[in-house]
Amino acid sequence: MSILVYIEHADGAIKKTSLEAVSYATALAEKEGKEVVAVALGTIDQGALAKAGSAGAAKVLQVEDDKLNAGIIQAHANVVAQAFEKVGADTLVLAKSSLGDAVAARLTIKLKAGLVSNVVALPETDGGYKVKRSIYTGKAFAYSEITTANKILAVKKNAVALKADGADASVEKLEVTLSDSDFAAKITSTDKATDEISLPEADIVVSGGRGMKGPENWNLIEDLAKAMGAATGCSKPVSDSGWRPHHEHVGQTGVKVAPSLYVAVGISGAIQHLAGVNASKYIVVINKDPEAPFFKAADYGIVGDAFEVLPKLTEAVKAIK
Amino acid sequence: MKILVCITHVPDTTSKIQFTDNNTQFDKTGVQFIIGPYDDYALARAVELRDQTGGSLTVLNVGEAETEPTLRKALAIGADEAIRVNAFPSDSLFVANQIAHYATEGGYDLILMGRESIDFNGGMVHGMVAEMLGMPSISPVMKLDLEGETAKLAREIEGGKEYLEVNLPFVAGCQEPIAEWKIPNMRGIMSARTKPLNVVEAVSEDAATKTISYELPPAKGAVKLIDKDNVEELVQLLQNEAKVL
Ligand SMILES: Cc1cc2nc3c(=O)[nH]c(=O)nc-3n(C[C@H](O)[C@H](O)[C@H](O)COP(=O)(O)OP(=O)(O)OC[C@H]3O[C@@H](n4cnc5c(N)ncnc54)[C@H](O)[C@@H]3O)c2cc1C
Ligand SMILES: Cc1cc2nc3c(=O)[nH]c(=O)nc-3n(C[C@H](O)[C@H](O)[C@H](O)COP(=O)(O)OP(=O)(O)OC[C@H]3O[C@@H](n4cnc5c(N)ncnc54)[C@H](O)[C@@H]3O)c2cc1C
Repeated sequence: MSILVYIEHADGAIKKTSLEAVSYATALAEKEGKEVVAVALGTIDQGALAKAGSAGAAKVLQVEDDKLNAGIIQAHANVVAQAFEKVGADTLVLAKSSLGDAVAARLTIKLKAGLVSNVVALPETDGGYKVKRSIYTGKAFAYSEITTANKILAVKKNAVALKADGADASVEKLEVTLSDSDFAAKITSTDKATDEISLPEADIVVSGGRGMKGPENWNLIEDLAKAMGAATGCSKPVSDSGWRPHHEHVGQTGVKVAPSLYVAVGISGAIQHLAGVNASKYIVVINKDPEAPFFKAADYGIVGDAFEVLPKLTEAVKAIK
Repeated sequence: MKILVCITHVPDTTSKIQFTDNNTQFDKTGVQFIIGPYDDYALARAVELRDQTGGSLTVLNVGEAETEPTLRKALAIGADEAIRVNAFPSDSLFVANQIAHYATEGGYDLILMGRESIDFNGGMVHGMVAEMLGMPSISPVMKLDLEGETAKLAREIEGGKEYLEVNLPFVAGCQEPIAEWKIPNMRGIMSARTKPLNVVEAVSEDAATKTISYELPPAKGAVKLIDKDNVEELVQLLQNEAKVL
């Protein structure tokens, strides 16, 4: 038996969250005596795909077709279903992401598989198949049992340790059949900032709120982010007012981040904002109001004016790099 | 143009999440229930599209009788009729089965949902329903315009947007800024009382998962405050204590 992992890639490399999914599958495979096979769609260098081996995959199946580069959900689901059959898998593991969710959802029907999303730990298998998942946007966990033979697990980011010591995987081409109806939705163009660090994947995030007063002051956020090697984020009112693009909005109704370090500047810490950052390992809060609720969720804090603190902090970070 | 919007009945975003009965039941004490925030965006855009095309707009929830005030609110916002599929929504697949079954009979041109529920955070039901109905599914959608039988959409991707075209019918999971949330006005609230809210029985379909128990995360320790004139200390802590720099 095999465990199949659906991996996503961007800018010529496997995404970190997908490597986490492979690491998770590897730990599960050891427990169940199975083999890990990954499947990747679209154009990407074979050498880059072999890196799935570092996280424990024995083999990567590649479906190299330009048409699969963009996230056409039906086509991806169809390909992964064929790969699942081909390798004789009974479990599909993937990283939770907007594309992953959409593909996995269709696969539950194609594979007649029970699915649990936002998985944070290996299943408990003595007497049933019980999976721990994050619910209520990080405010609680649930233990859910999967009752079907085929299973799909969508792993929450930053919830499993990344394995990085495996040997390169072998990469094989996979032939699949696709029909026109898989491409019913047509991508006409994309509009993507290419030089930015991806916010959902970032290891460090520096976010600004309404306390930054206006878009003209964002250079202070960007300077600190640059010094730290961080992605930039913001609170909802900031993106609502058009100070920052929508894809930077963090929180309950925006991006859920899970970095090692989240730095919040001039953000009050409303519960809806916290819902998007509660999976961060460490939180630093900079706010001039000592009563700001964010301090209750923080590990480190500075009570002070962002316009004074940020330039000094940026210099101090540069000094150690 | 027939539009179906599926809405969840979920705890208000400020709710304190707690469990009872030895961590096996969600504690509803003092909890306000709302239309899921993403579903609210879907509904708002659906009202605009209905007004634009002069079609009909149905809202649907799979839930028990307690969800009816939430459906009434959707009627007050502008839906023409509401459907409650009478069942406890114990699992995404079960819910998707109910929606797909209802939608097959209704012959909808457009099915809008939220990108994900804010209780179980699955982000799955739209894809499942689309697969069951053999339709395309697109999520998370942040812009949706209709030009005859074709829809032009923008889907959020990491670091930007992807623009798509797809013919009706299809299923979309929505998020902001597809439309502004609509607040019901007095006329809406009055008319909602007389709009139809029909209860249909669930089709028996098996679920694929069963939730057994819940757990709360451990409480966070106290914050360590650093003087604003000593930012070097923060950098030192991040480097040597947290080891994140
Ligand atoms: C259903 C729903 C969903 C929502 N989803 C989200 C979401 O996903 N994400 C989100 O962020 N919000 C969300 N919100 C909004 C949320 O409730 C808050 O309104 C929002 O997070 C506040 O943003 P803010 O902290 O930037 O602004 P404010 O609350 O105005 O806080 C500004 C902070 O800056 C501080 N400040 C001011 N000047 C300075 C200075 N010079 N130096 C340092 N600090 C300074 C102030 O002390 C204050 O704490 C949602 C709300 C609802 C109802
Ligand atoms: C008290 C209570 C207890 C619950 N317990 C469980 C449980 O134990 N396990 C569990 O999986 N779920 C439970 N739910 C149900 C949960 O609210 C969801 O309805 C359902 O599970 C789908 O979850 P999801 O996160 O996969 O949805 P998602 O896939 O995230 O939802 C996407 C979209 O699908 C639509 N949708 C989802 N659910 C419904 C629905 N019920 N009616 C109409 N449209 C819907 C909405 O538009 C939503 O935005 C419970 C709900 C309540 C009120």
